[in-house]
Amino acid sequence: MSAGPVTQEAALTLIDHLPALQVVVPLLGSVAAALFRRGWFGYAIALGVSWAMPVISLMLLHQVMAGGAISYALGGFPPPIGIEYRIDEINAYLLVLVSFMAALIMTYAPRSIADEIRPEHQGWYYAIFLLCLCGLLGMIVSGDAFNIFVFMEVSSLATYVLIALGRDRRALVAAYQYLVIGTIGATFYVIGVGLILVMTGSLNLYDIASRLDQAEDLRPLLAGLGFVTVGLGLKIALFPMHLWLPNAYAFAPSVATAFLASTATKVAIYLLLRMLFSVYGVEITFAETPADTLFAVLAAAAMLVAGVAAIFQANVKRMLAYSSVAQVGYMILGIALVSETGLTGGLAHMLNHALIKGTLFLAIGCVVFSTGIVKIERMAGLGRVMPLTMGAFVLAGLALIGVPGTAGFISKWILIQGAAEDGRWLIVAVIVASSLLAVLYIGRVVEVAWFRAPVLEDTPRKPPLEMMIVTWLMVGLVLFFGFWTEFSVGVARDAAALLMEGYPR
Amino acid sequence: MTSETLMALALVLPWLGAVGIWLTGSAPNLREAVTLTTAVLTWLCVLPLLLRVLDGARPEVAYFEIFSGIGFGFALEPLGMVFATVASTLWIVSSVYSIGYMRGNDEPRQTPFYVCFAIAIGAALGTSFAANLLVLFLFYEILTISTYPLVAHKGTEEAQQGGRVYLLLLLGTSMLLFLPAIVWTAVAAGTTDFTPGGILAGSGLGATALGVLYTVFIFGIGKAAVMPVHAWLPAAMVAPTPVSALLHAVAVVKAGVFTVVKVTVYIFGLDLLAETGASSFIAYVAGATVVIASLIALSHDNFKKRLAFSTVSQLSYVVMAAAIATPAAIIGATFHIAAHAVSKITLFFAAGSIYTAAHLTEVSELDGIGRRMPITLFAYTVGALSIIGLPPLVGLWSKWWIGVGAADAGQFWVLAVLMISSLLNVAYLLPIVSRGYFAAPRDSGHGHGDEHGHGDGHGGHDGIAEAPATCVIAICTTAALCLALFLGANHVEALLVQIPEVPGETVTGSVEGGSDVE
Amino acid sequence: MSVFIDIAAHYNYWATILLMLSGLFIVVSKSNMVKTLIGLAVFQTSVYLLYLSPGKIIGATPPILDSDYDVYSNPLPHVLILTAIVVGVATFALGLAIVVRIYEAYGTIEEDEIVKVVDQEDLSE
Repeated sequence: MSAGPVTQEAALTLIDHLPALQVVVPLLGSVAAALFRRGWFGYAIALGVSWAMPVISLMLLHQVMAGGAISYALGGFPPPIGIEYRIDEINAYLLVLVSFMAALIMTYAPRSIADEIRPEHQGWYYAIFLLCLCGLLGMIVSGDAFNIFVFMEVSSLATYVLIALGRDRRALVAAYQYLVIGTIGATFYVIGVGLILVMTGSLNLYDIASRLDQAEDLRPLLAGLGFVTVGLGLKIALFPMHLWLPNAYAFAPSVATAFLASTATKVAIYLLLRMLFSVYGVEITFAETPADTLFAVLAAAAMLVAGVAAIFQANVKRMLAYSSVAQVGYMILGIALVSETGLTGGLAHMLNHALIKGTLFLAIGCVVFSTGIVKIERMAGLGRVMPLTMGAFVLAGLALIGVPGTAGFISKWILIQGAAEDGRWLIVAVIVASSLLAVLYIGRVVEVAWFRAPVLEDTPRKPPLEMMIVTWLMVGLVLFFGFWTEFSVGVARDAAALLMEGYPR
Repeated sequence: MTSETLMALALVLPWLGAVGIWLTGSAPNLREAVTLTTAVLTWLCVLPLLLRVLDGARPEVAYFEIFSGIGFGFALEPLGMVFATVASTLWIVSSVYSIGYMRGNDEPRQTPFYVCFAIAIGAALGTSFAANLLVLFLFYEILTISTYPLVAHKGTEEAQQGGRVYLLLLLGTSMLLFLPAIVWTAVAAGTTDFTPGGILAGSGLGATALGVLYTVFIFGIGKAAVMPVHAWLPAAMVAPTPVSALLHAVAVVKAGVFTVVKVTVYIFGLDLLAETGASSFIAYVAGATVVIASLIALSHDNFKKRLAFSTVSQLSYVVMAAAIATPAAIIGATFHIAAHAVSKITLFFAAGSIYTAAHLTEVSELDGIGRRMPITLFAYTVGALSIIGLPPLVGLWSKWWIGVGAADAGQFWVLAVLMISSLLNVAYLLPIVSRGYFAAPRDSGHGHGDEHGHGDGHGGHDGIAEAPATCVIAICTTAALCLALFLGANHVEALLVQIPEVPGETVTGSVEGGSDVE
Repeated sequence: MSVFIDIAAHYNYWATILLMLSGLFIVVSKSNMVKTLIGLAVFQTSVYLLYLSPGKIIGATPPILDSDYDVYSNPLPHVLILTAIVVGVATFALGLAIVVRIYEAYGTIEEDEIVKVVDQEDLSE
């Protein structure tokens, strides 16, 4: 990947290079942080970069909303030969989501990281965090199937390190298991891309779409799509390919868990949407294959089985991890409905769930910082000792359940609406049953934390101010997006319309 | 002030009160002052609104859109006005009562208690003012969640168990059934605004689909406690008595039956229900609930449990009347919301006062209680007679209207249900009166309240030993309201006859027929 | 007969599939973490072949412009696979590094044994 010309011309036409900046800035930041290897320096860089990203992505979103899709030829080589960064409302939405989550979590991070990671690793940690961010943003902006693979591996390798640095030695095993499964997933993705390349002669997603009809046989292309779907399914932790996720989330440092839970799976889902809808298009994906039935069944299984599993977890982080597997089901349901409303719900839930799950993990991060407790049974009376932290947990938990007035309700409403429009009452039943399971697993924590007498021997130390502020800022966003839907649903609806339309043939 | 400002104020004040209570938690007297001030101010906002709605005003405010076509807004109409008035009026009374009760029993963690209480009232007002199903659902769920801590308040294993049942049944029914029903309505009708005459006529749903939808709605509104989703109400009785009194006789359960009536009148529309008979199944279920719950009430010795099943039975009066879906029955249903509220809160206050003063919880322990607590028992008698439906008490009117409505619809089995239920009311409510006045006090004293260090008169059975003064004032007020509402029924009905009115249509004959009786 | 020729003519794909399956089999069947990683590397290598073999045109030259030749092989797969090799090496290296750390922490690299220890740690948490 050549990024040279970009930085040279940056001063003059920075605005044109915004797509490349999404990748270049975190990459350079990561290198800088790695070179200095000092905790505080790494943090300064990471914070600066993290907050620059949302600014850039908002500008991009603005451009896209005003003037339609942006095509950016990386290094000046025009597509389809060169690598194209192609930004429309779908990935602009994702960019805003990922970059804002990164910025908020980075603001929260320093003292949590200082607490959970050995001093000599902290500088590296920020470098790796930025590398992960670079990979995730790269996967979103890139319009080149192979380039996406490279970014996928950049983010994945960084993720394995982020997890492995957890203070519990089980984090190492979790990272190793994720590495094996993640690599298989990425390789499946590459196999799929290879088949597509052989049949169409192109790697540019936009270009592939226009060549599909000229391919001499559809079957290898469908096989390619199958490989891509399985590969991404492993990254998404789509049931039953979720086995790596609970341990990875449970033993990673709090900050990494919050970041991964709110961004990594969403990016993979975005890619799946891109492949199924934009590249292959509704006519091929859902007419030639039983993809909709398959996704509906897997999503329903995820929501019910993982939801039940969450109820029986002793470790609160693992409980939230299983809940993530269940919540992914909602987003996949959006695909299975194959309608604009369904996709809107799925996309909106990506944003809403990122906020909600991020908040929950940040609140647990505060608990871990103050008391070191991750086991639910030991949280007795914690609500009275740490009312602000557990209050945030309760509010975000309500949003996870989908109580009206919270972000979680909005996406659930749209999904139910999408299912009801098509008369798919079974799906409606699954959605509401899954939220009932959420009542059980969130309620369990709430009951222990608020209605049992405290058992802590000594008063826990107070979580730092910035951790509390970010946590409550996120709670505010969760509630705010429960009422203000112009962004979460408005942009998602535009994106869904684009997805249903697909790339031109 | 304009009606819109008053509405906004009435909606916001309880929430501000909650914040104020939380901030002043360390100074109990100040905290109670905040509670009372907020309650009175809220009531002062609701009262002028009531008068304006009576004169035909229908103020509306729309703030912003949540989904396309479904906004966050409030609209006043007579039905919501009745509920709002009942809730805000009784909030004052029960706040006065709570102060005596909570202090008299040395309840722990009183500040969260008052905070949740204020939020619950705020949610009840939001429910009553809601302009569409979505806003109503929002406040309905806030009401559930804000009252869960009150149920689990004591923190004992029993309280946690009760809280679990409470939360799971209420949240469960609302999520599993109520929400899909709302979305189904939104998809079918394209809107969820409460509109006189309903919105589902012409939506293309057939009689069977409407019947299913109505059934899903009613069971989804778990707060209406139609059997078999009534189990949360007895479970909630582990809460302190003021909670049971205000929330589980007034705010929460009335939010449920209010929603039932609201959905019946403003979503389905009486004409549509009359044509399709979509609600007849629910009418039978509610009728059965009335009788079965009364029978269960008979079998319970625990005072509050007995009152809880009595509430289940009485709530189904409202549901049954709503499902009959004639204008007179709707008037009866709404009247019963108010009538049962003032009557049942009196009974709960009595139960709480007896617990505070004598630490008695079982009906069989109440022999001779009237000699020690004459005022309380007299107020209880008034409330009980009102529930039974004897003049000159308010309970008569609601039963009257429900009867008229049933006759209009030709559903004469309803009259039988009313009769049987009234007899059962006598059987389970009046033994307390007869024991209290006529049975000799037992020697083996229960309720040596001395270990709580407040109440010198507890030990002796001869002297008068009433509950704290605030409790006595509260219970007398509600008992007086039972009488006042009987006498002022024509004013109430002037408001209620406006509920089934559809603009542009003449009111059906039966309403005028009913009015002639006045 | 022509079927056999068809099958034999695509020997490059058979090689790819053989590598792919044996790689996956090693990953699934081996408990030793280093062996698992080797399986993973074999699995990735099969993909290199998948990309490279269709790019080769029999009788064509490397894509260096020259007036004497007019049939060139497709250079794109080579570029891609160069990148993929780098990615594969990085993954392998990171995997081995984690295995070293696991050995330090648990004293073994047999996954079966480690999972047992992890399960016990879960219980005694």
